[in-house]
Amino acid sequence: MSFGYVLALADDALIAAQRLAEWTSRAPELEEDVALANIALDTLGQARLLLTYAGELEGAGRDEDDLAYLRDEREFRNCQLVELPNGDFAVTIVKLLCFATYQHELYSALRDSTDERLAAIATKAATETAYHVDHARLWTLRLGDGTDEAHRRMTDALGRIWPYTNDLFNGDWIDPALLADGTAVDPATLREPWMSTVDKVLTEATLSAPDDDWAPTGGRHGEHTEAMGYLLAEMQYLHRAHPGASW
Amino acid sequence: MVTVDAARRAVATVADPELPVVTIDDLGILRDVSIVDGSVVVTVTPTYSGCPAMDVIRHEIADRLADLGVSDVEVRTELVPPWTSAAITSAGRAKLDAAGIAPPGQVASGPVPVRLAVRCPRCGSLDTEELSRYSSTACTALWRCRSCAEPFDRVKEH
Repeated sequence: MSFGYVLALADDALIAAQRLAEWTSRAPELEEDVALANIALDTLGQARLLLTYAGELEGAGRDEDDLAYLRDEREFRNCQLVELPNGDFAVTIVKLLCFATYQHELYSALRDSTDERLAAIATKAATETAYHVDHARLWTLRLGDGTDEAHRRMTDALGRIWPYTNDLFNGDWIDPALLADGTAVDPATLREPWMSTVDKVLTEATLSAPDDDWAPTGGRHGEHTEAMGYLLAEMQYLHRAHPGASW
Repeated sequence: MVTVDAARRAVATVADPELPVVTIDDLGILRDVSIVDGSVVVTVTPTYSGCPAMDVIRHEIADRLADLGVSDVEVRTELVPPWTSAAITSAGRAKLDAAGIAPPGQVASGPVPVRLAVRCPRCGSLDTEELSRYSSTACTALWRCRSCAEPFDRVKEH
């Protein structure tokens, strides 16, 4: 198993958790505040397990905190989708629907990874992400098939988020040896089941997937959007300002 | 030197920090206690990947063993097989119910998952509804009783 592969999965989960946690105390209703915080907690837990494993694979003595707090922007391997600003609630829900469905398909496939440690983490995470998909599905139905304003905002959100979903299925950064020995999953194989789930939800919500126009890429190679630096500044500030602080 | 039985009895009294009416043994997250080369090895499994209680549980385990004079303690975390709500003991389910937290039902399986009505842990009514899939802890959902109008937490099937 390679450090880079596990690190990319970890970074997806970590950055998604950081964005979701931004909703804490700001969600449209108390129950939603609790729900988004719990989803963030799940993905943060997955990130911690994966970062710890990545650190062991690297063998340079870096633990989960070193990897989360002491790397700079270009060293992060997450897809750009998860770093995009939360926008309004519709953007957050569309992002969650697209990302949670991707994670669920990926973790479900990784249950059969020939890497035992990764398979164990994926088996736990697959069950958790099924809840996240369901949560996003219920909101998509409620908003897409809701008032004109809600429908309009969901349509706008889809337009903004959709181009970034292309890169989820791009496997050009994965060492072919990992695909050959069955430790990693080729993300291209996830596209069809992903589209099938997402399209069904959108159709039921009277929404539709936008036409493909552009497909931004680069996150897996350390190239990020302008939003990433601000996110890292907030996430890493305390740890860097007060190294080793505990309470 | 402490015996395995004594160590296990001590560790089994550790309460879950988020649902303190039940112990880690009741929840089925205490997997094994053994003595290896003179050190006590305790194996636990998290309910959810991000369960924030795990750090506290590790400290509490070490504290209980320290009370027995054991300082050489290793707490291992095991993910396989993953925890499911079916691991909660019947004593644990009774304690949750008595504390106003509805215990989980059977994990859905088979071609047609059948969902049974959830009984209000306060008044016993079956006329209840789910308000949110998420609640005060990662492993519970928020429900409300239509008969007594009280909200209650329910441990999710997982």
